[in-house]
Amino acid sequence: MSVVEMNTVHSVSEAARLVDVANVRQVYHKGDNADLVVLDNVSLNIHEGEIVGLLGRSGSGKSTLLRIIAGLLHATSGTVNWCGKPVTGPCDGLSMVFQSFALFPWLTVLQNVEIGLEALGIPAAERRRRALNAIDLIGLDGFESAYPKELSGGMRQRVGFARALVVHPRLMLMDEPFSALDVLTAETLRTDLIDLWIEGRLPIKSILMVTHNIEEAVLMCDRILIFSSNPGRVAVELKVDLPHPRDRMDPVFRELVDDIYARMTQRNPAEKTEKRANDGIPGVGLGMALPKVSTNLLSGLMEAVAGAPFDGKADLPDLARILRMEVDDLFPIVETLQLLRMAELEEGDVSLTEFGQRFVHSDVDQRKKLFADHLIAYVPLAALIRRVLDERPTHRAPFTRFCEELEDTMSEDRAEETMRAVISWGRYGELFSYDEHTRTFSLENPA
Amino acid sequence: MTMHHPAMAAGQRHRFAPNLWDAFAFGLIFGSLTLLLHGGQETMAPLEALNATPLSLDVSMLPEYALRTTLRMFAAIIASLIFTFIYGALAAKSRRAEMVLIPLLDILQSVPVLGFLSFTVAGFMALFPGKVMGVELAAIFAIFTSQAWNMTFSFYQSLKTVPRDLDEASQSFRLTGWQRFWRLEVPFSMPGLVWNTMMSMSGGWFFVVASEAISVGNNTITLPGIGSYVSLAIQQQNLPAVGYAVLVMLGLILLYDQLLFRPLVAWGDKFRMDQTASGDAPRSWVLDMARRARLLQLVFAPVAKLLSVLPKQRMALRMPAPRTLVSAWDSVWAERLWLIAVALGTAYAIWLIVSFIATELGMTEVITTVELGLLTMLRVVVLMVIATVIWVPVGVWIGLRPAVAERVQPLAQFLAAFPANIIFPFAVVVIVKLGLNADVWLSPLMVLGTQWYILFNVIAGASAFPSDLREAASTFRIGGWNWWFKVIIPGIFPYYVTGAITASGGSWNASIVAEVASWGENKLTAHGLGAYIAQATEAGDYPRIVLGIAVMSLFVILFNRLVWRPLYAFSNRRLRIA
Repeated sequence: MSVVEMNTVHSVSEAARLVDVANVRQVYHKGDNADLVVLDNVSLNIHEGEIVGLLGRSGSGKSTLLRIIAGLLHATSGTVNWCGKPVTGPCDGLSMVFQSFALFPWLTVLQNVEIGLEALGIPAAERRRRALNAIDLIGLDGFESAYPKELSGGMRQRVGFARALVVHPRLMLMDEPFSALDVLTAETLRTDLIDLWIEGRLPIKSILMVTHNIEEAVLMCDRILIFSSNPGRVAVELKVDLPHPRDRMDPVFRELVDDIYARMTQRNPAEKTEKRANDGIPGVGLGMALPKVSTNLLSGLMEAVAGAPFDGKADLPDLARILRMEVDDLFPIVETLQLLRMAELEEGDVSLTEFGQRFVHSDVDQRKKLFADHLIAYVPLAALIRRVLDERPTHRAPFTRFCEELEDTMSEDRAEETMRAVISWGRYGELFSYDEHTRTFSLENPA
Repeated sequence: MTMHHPAMAAGQRHRFAPNLWDAFAFGLIFGSLTLLLHGGQETMAPLEALNATPLSLDVSMLPEYALRTTLRMFAAIIASLIFTFIYGALAAKSRRAEMVLIPLLDILQSVPVLGFLSFTVAGFMALFPGKVMGVELAAIFAIFTSQAWNMTFSFYQSLKTVPRDLDEASQSFRLTGWQRFWRLEVPFSMPGLVWNTMMSMSGGWFFVVASEAISVGNNTITLPGIGSYVSLAIQQQNLPAVGYAVLVMLGLILLYDQLLFRPLVAWGDKFRMDQTASGDAPRSWVLDMARRARLLQLVFAPVAKLLSVLPKQRMALRMPAPRTLVSAWDSVWAERLWLIAVALGTAYAIWLIVSFIATELGMTEVITTVELGLLTMLRVVVLMVIATVIWVPVGVWIGLRPAVAERVQPLAQFLAAFPANIIFPFAVVVIVKLGLNADVWLSPLMVLGTQWYILFNVIAGASAFPSDLREAASTFRIGGWNWWFKVIIPGIFPYYVTGAITASGGSWNASIVAEVASWGENKLTAHGLGAYIAQATEAGDYPRIVLGIAVMSLFVILFNRLVWRPLYAFSNRRLRIA
């Protein structure tokens, strides 16, 4: 505690500092494959009285960072302090809400809420009293004796909140707490939580939440840290000064959302100078990590952009809202289109290229032909597979021939995913065929 | 003055009045307790008592014998549970222990159960000289070895697959090791454990019957029980007595199922992980009764209280281990030391076995046993094929008709639990009367008890076959062989493999009893590794027992590794309908 107080001395306005993360780096290393850098040189701190959001796409390491702060993971290097002391394991005064709720299915609502208090060794009567209070606060009255499987998703997450609040943590960590819920339920839970927060009825000091939903971050957070992917870094830090409760239709709100969309699709300043075409997709040449995006999604999105009301150029937030897609679903598609020169991305707007327009107005066979041409031209891995098959007298090559080459520059999992992506695209473009059973590529077309 | 007594307070709230359920419950509980005491007393009797009151084929003695047999089963299952918790937890928590314990368990489960008996009888009798207890423990140990391994595997597997989010939740709420074990790990492993305990129980009946009357060299066990009753009936060629034993056994298994396993399964349903409430949860009248009997709940409230409070305690060590000790334990040197110790231990064990066998037996004997092993393997393979050809179509037919399946499924599980060795005499009588070739006609006895595993697994598979796939098959008019090989067989294959693995393992085990059978003075012997082990056991010829068992274990391990594991992996990878 004394350390915390000392910190506050030199800045009177600064509230007590809860979490201090400095230069954290997280690297996964597997066999003799290339290192997978999940987090690179991340620093942040969290003070009392604020809601901080970690916003980024999947693979940006934001959940990993949350787990490092929670003491569930150890950072490869860097320091993490909780209330001034280094974190060596799960700390007192922290609790967590999970995306999947993580309720014990064999315990009732009441027992699930009590479990954190049991771990603290609190006597039974006191446990019961506090658990009932938390259940009451979060709106679960009447469900005390129900088992989680009897509850709807929204009610289950309320149990998750009650369980996290009952231990009176100073900081509540939330890992995409609303992303497993339907739109309406998620909104109800968000507003309920924010209402309790602004009324000061939550027995907590601060909230740190991970999300990939831009509007959710703007709706709830006082501060948003936007993560860039591969490796995960804090790209931008934004302060949100709008008063609660916030109105999604407020022009300032919308402007902020647009701004974040633009920032999240922006090229990194360093990469800009390299003039790399494959925005967002990490790596160059053969080392490009391809996202597994179905060709149906590619043509579906192009048709959506080509049609009304967009007529070839769409604002990403509008597109996301109309298609009801989250950033995590939308961005990989847009980036793949960009890679294949079917669309262009600028300032949070996506527009079809001339080639993309031609694709949309073609029939099935022409589309396959066009797709194959650009696959060969702009995806080096696809070109390599085709060339090897053409050159070999048998016109056959094993999966491992290419996968192992990829593993020189990327992790095993990402190599596998890249291979899956190129197989699915190559099959669609009829560049080659692939037999999963024998794991071989060939040029023969199954009759 | 307001005295607050929890039990009284509970009674006030729920209107204290015993109901009809209480009468049932008390009858059951105190009846069982009395029987338990009665059976327990006799185990402490001196060994001469067994000779003083020789076994009798009097039917009125059968209930008592049945009780003794049941108690043995009960003791073994409790021992298995304790073993499971300790061994499974150790293997799952310590990487170093895992390196040794898991391969060991894999081998242990391939050792024929009756093989253990021949080694342990002498040891247990020495532990309790002159007491029935020693012999009892040897028999119980034999049952234990038939049950413990797959329960332990199931528990270990569960501990290794605790869902990540629940693991993180229990970590971030800082549950202690004790709390984590009872609040997360044991509940999570419960469904698998209950199911495997049931399967173990089915196997257990077979071995309890086999181990009650067995002679190992000079040590002869004749424990009062159903198994020894049957073996006496065989000696005296009393077919009706065998018939009575069969009837009592049927009743016994039925009672066990109703009083123990149905309630367990119904209770264990709440530990399933799937988060949706299913329409047809398993039910049990015994469990309903226990939940409705008010007086009973009152009486057992303190016990229930203790059971619910204990897992919630922290039970944490006050002092964490010193840092230097921890770092030494985790160091590379400790790791190397451990590996060297394991390697040395293994080398010493192999040297011990080889030198023990080599004192009397040469290479030719080894080759003979391998040849006999091949013969037994041929039997197992042929019988598995025959059982498959018969039971797969039958199982599919039943499984696709829910109304039939509902009735037949319990029957098939029941038959799998029934110790087939009790009805061996009927078969032997037929073989003797007709003068049939023992080498051929004793063989079916090996799958008599184990074929049902194939049947009920296939029924389960066919019942679970998605109806949209069936409809698709019929709208495209897929019929005949095409329907069998393209539609239903791939659909039930994972289930079939699961059943066949159990059946095949059981058949190897049964070969020791099935390849040698007798009826009075008539003794039938088939050529095979099972008969070899059985004869060596009877003669107390330890080097041959060790050799026979080692070779059989080797066969089972190779059979599992080369046939079943690849098939299992294939069916899970390619044919599992998500």
